[in-house]
Amino acid sequence: MEHRDDIGAKLGMWVFIFTEILLFGGLFLVYAIMRLSYSNEFHQAAHHLNAFIGTINTIVLLVSSATVAMSITAVQKGNNKLAVLLLFITLICAAVFMVNKYFEWGHKIHIGLYPGSDLMVSLSHGQVMFFSLYYFMTGLHMFHLVVGGIILTIVMIKVQTGTINASRYVLLENGGLYWHLVDLIWIFLFPLLYLIT
Amino acid sequence: MHTETVHITPYRAHAWVLIALLALTFVTITVTWIDLSALTVAIALLIASVKAYIVLTNFMHLKFESSLFRVFVGMVLAIYVLVILFTLSDYLFR
Repeated sequence: MEHRDDIGAKLGMWVFIFTEILLFGGLFLVYAIMRLSYSNEFHQAAHHLNAFIGTINTIVLLVSSATVAMSITAVQKGNNKLAVLLLFITLICAAVFMVNKYFEWGHKIHIGLYPGSDLMVSLSHGQVMFFSLYYFMTGLHMFHLVVGGIILTIVMIKVQTGTINASRYVLLENGGLYWHLVDLIWIFLFPLLYLIT
Repeated sequence: MHTETVHITPYRAHAWVLIALLALTFVTITVTWIDLSALTVAIALLIASVKAYIVLTNFMHLKFESSLFRVFVGMVLAIYVLVILFTLSDYLFR
């Protein structure tokens, strides 16, 4: 019989998630201190963000997290077909999120609001800090979303071929954990960036 | 380890968790519409923490893992909170 340690695999995934908490935690700390120093500028700058797109993306991410969680239930019950469908819905949600972000960032870049632009340089220091953090934090989050999408695509193929099945599905669980982390970060990014006007 | 019974979360439970998370999102948006100045951010952060707790315990399955996982996650979050408190106290009262 082959050696397997599902608990160890999951524990390893959690240790990785802890490093991600450090990564984003540091950025949230920078945000907190900058916000304390420039609260008025942050309020003004946040008006430029599209809270509607932010809300849509929040809903999309929450739904995608639920479908990943449900896909684990489906695999545990031996229903791989349903699991593939649920993972596919998750990937569509990820795509919708990216398209929304494309329009959101695209509009800002179109009006000349991006790091290093003439408009950005002319803003006050506090506003520059806000938009720099906005681009960096949502950008890093989006990078995680892309990586999560790639991981879940691989997982979906393995569920389809049956490599992931009712007796062996720790890869799906770990892929799911990563996806929930992406959701978790957005839960804090959304109110802090979009809703502080 | 192989004799351990596997906990299967029903679809319905995940659906309820999703509904709760969506409801909390709308509460956050409504709260930020009403201007409570300094309180707004505190309430928004509090609701975000509740949402994070729900995601960690349900979607990330911590509710049903061995207590080792919960202790680890709890310790890491406690260390992060300490880092925030130390940094902010240093920054504000230096």
